[in-house]
Amino acid sequence: MDIKDIIQPENLVHKRTPLMTDATLSYCPGCGHGTAHHLVMEVIEEMGIQQDTIGIAPVGCSVLAYDFMDIDMSQAAHGRAPAVATGIKRLWPEKYVFTYQGDGDLAAIGTAETIHACNRGENIVIIFINNGIYGMTGGQMAPTTLEGMKSSTSPYGRDTQLMGHPLKITELVAQLPGTYFVTRQAVHKSGNVRKTRKAIKKAFEVQRDKKGLAFVEIVSNCNSGWKMTPNESNVWMEEHMFPFYPLGDIKVEGKIVKDLVKELM
Amino acid sequence: MGEIQLMKGNEAVAEAAIRAGLDAYFGYPITPQSEVLEYLTLQRPEERTGMVVLQAESEIAAINMVYGAAGTGKKVMTSSSSPGISLKMEGISYIAGAELPCLILNVVRGGPGLGTIQPSQADYFQATKGGGHGDYRLVVLAPASVQEMADFVDKGMELAFKYRNPVMILSDGLIGQMMEKVELPEQKERLTEFDPSWTITGKTPDRERNIITSLNLDSEKQYEHNMKLQEKYASMKEDVMYETFDCEDAEFLLVAYGSSARICQKAVDVARSRGKKLGLLRPITLFPFPTEIIAKLSRQVKGILSAELNAGQMVEDVRLAVNGRIPVYHYGTPGGKIYSPDDILKAIDEKLMGGY
Amino acid sequence: MRGAIVVDTERCKGCEVCVVNCPTDTIGMAEEVNGKGYHYAYMKYPENCTGCSNCAIVCPDGVITVYRVKTEK
Repeated sequence: MDIKDIIQPENLVHKRTPLMTDATLSYCPGCGHGTAHHLVMEVIEEMGIQQDTIGIAPVGCSVLAYDFMDIDMSQAAHGRAPAVATGIKRLWPEKYVFTYQGDGDLAAIGTAETIHACNRGENIVIIFINNGIYGMTGGQMAPTTLEGMKSSTSPYGRDTQLMGHPLKITELVAQLPGTYFVTRQAVHKSGNVRKTRKAIKKAFEVQRDKKGLAFVEIVSNCNSGWKMTPNESNVWMEEHMFPFYPLGDIKVEGKIVKDLVKELM
Repeated sequence: MGEIQLMKGNEAVAEAAIRAGLDAYFGYPITPQSEVLEYLTLQRPEERTGMVVLQAESEIAAINMVYGAAGTGKKVMTSSSSPGISLKMEGISYIAGAELPCLILNVVRGGPGLGTIQPSQADYFQATKGGGHGDYRLVVLAPASVQEMADFVDKGMELAFKYRNPVMILSDGLIGQMMEKVELPEQKERLTEFDPSWTITGKTPDRERNIITSLNLDSEKQYEHNMKLQEKYASMKEDVMYETFDCEDAEFLLVAYGSSARICQKAVDVARSRGKKLGLLRPITLFPFPTEIIAKLSRQVKGILSAELNAGQMVEDVRLAVNGRIPVYHYGTPGGKIYSPDDILKAIDEKLMGGY
Repeated sequence: MRGAIVVDTERCKGCEVCVVNCPTDTIGMAEEVNGKGYHYAYMKYPENCTGCSNCAIVCPDGVITVYRVKTEK
């Protein structure tokens, strides 16, 4: 069989979702942001909710998310996305509202907005991209940077005495009654991509069913900030990030499904 | 005549917000304006009009909730007092940059820092010169009575939507706390239509997606955006508002707003009863500033005293309007202290001329 | 199953994440570069492709389109 016989419209198995715009993504080659963007838009396409969805872009590498996602979007000040989302969702309870945030946005400057939106149980989806570094501003330390990990502001490795421990914000918000679904996923391997897609869909279904806040953390690479090639960074991520930020569901249908006490000890 | 009630300034704002058909209020407690939030939660406007009222976790969160809701074309407001307004400055800059309509009430107290809870007018610079970062302006309305506190909610919202700009009601602790008769407006319907050219209510197939943002990495585009904003601010002068008292034959002029204007009104009465030709100009919009009328009066009077409850802020705008024609002085008591009509007359005496 | 992928070579950023995710070692990186200077991905061993889509779903830029036919054997 000739390749050109295979490449026929009736044989199409996968193409890029039309809900991503034609703009070239501004992310570095191999960055998980791109994959995460595609998954969110695929879920919105599948659920047929493009015209009822409003997204909020953070400050960070994905500040230009609204150039890539073909939905109505608002830019938010650094860390404030959950408050912006609250303002929108309270006034448009039938719309789907989601924030898309990085680790500095969500767990440093935006910690109060994150915790309180979760505590109020705002009926929104929070997509949290955790790559343990501040990519946009040049690779500085993040609240989720691992102990010993080097960054431009921890050039000798994160010293927990001076700089505190890496923050497991996801486990924190899982303990609040307002969160209904809390999960941690990855998008570096095809198996993980499929799981993450399901998790994102579940998150939007939680919103559809008005159950509370759905929080999806995606542990991702930052090959530029970590100063590796994309594939090297994904291996490093598996070896170093995943042991500290283990993948899997943390809270399902309002109940914590992991032994957090054991894990956080 | 509409319904008349005896109310506190803060309560009047809250009741007016419900009646103006506002969609939401997001706020945080701080003295001397917590009554706004308290009154609203007590009234249950979600049952009266469906209006959302939410106590946010901070003033920062509240202004960002306003930003979110304003981007969808809804009528929203927040309120705070000086230290809390400082917290909102980032959010206000973003709202101005993204050209969104909203109302922000500042019930000013003495500063700087944590300051005091007594009234002051020391946030004039912050309100009229931007306050947050960047080249932007707010429309600033300065009420001098409980009635104006109520009236300026609908008026402020109207201006906010006319210009797609944040509007600030610059009040103070005296007006926020005092009780006066107020005629309440009729209940207005809440908005049911939202401009599809810019509001983010969900991208329907008939249009491109809307994006609410103040970011532009292309400096040429950001320059053009800024020039457009400047044109907008210049055009606001058609909405300038002020009030004059006994100015027709005045020899000396007081310029004062808000609580200070009420004290100065009394000073004018006393001066006139002594045969002195004193007049008062009360700016009602602090931006746009009543430059033209002050310039006009500066050709008539011999000197101006800017009376403010601060260390000297509006006096600079008065001087700009006067452009060196006649002497302009400031009299003020910062830090929450309030002067009396006699203090004003003494200040005129000492600063402008003898034996007044 | 016989599959084939079409890579938008001008949008490919040469990150090579598709290469390690391909279960049949179909994908390689071209010697040539595209307009942005990236070596783009292509089917080096097209006969191996099963159209599983692993490459496409993991691609951060969504540059891969996947086709598949059932083959009778």
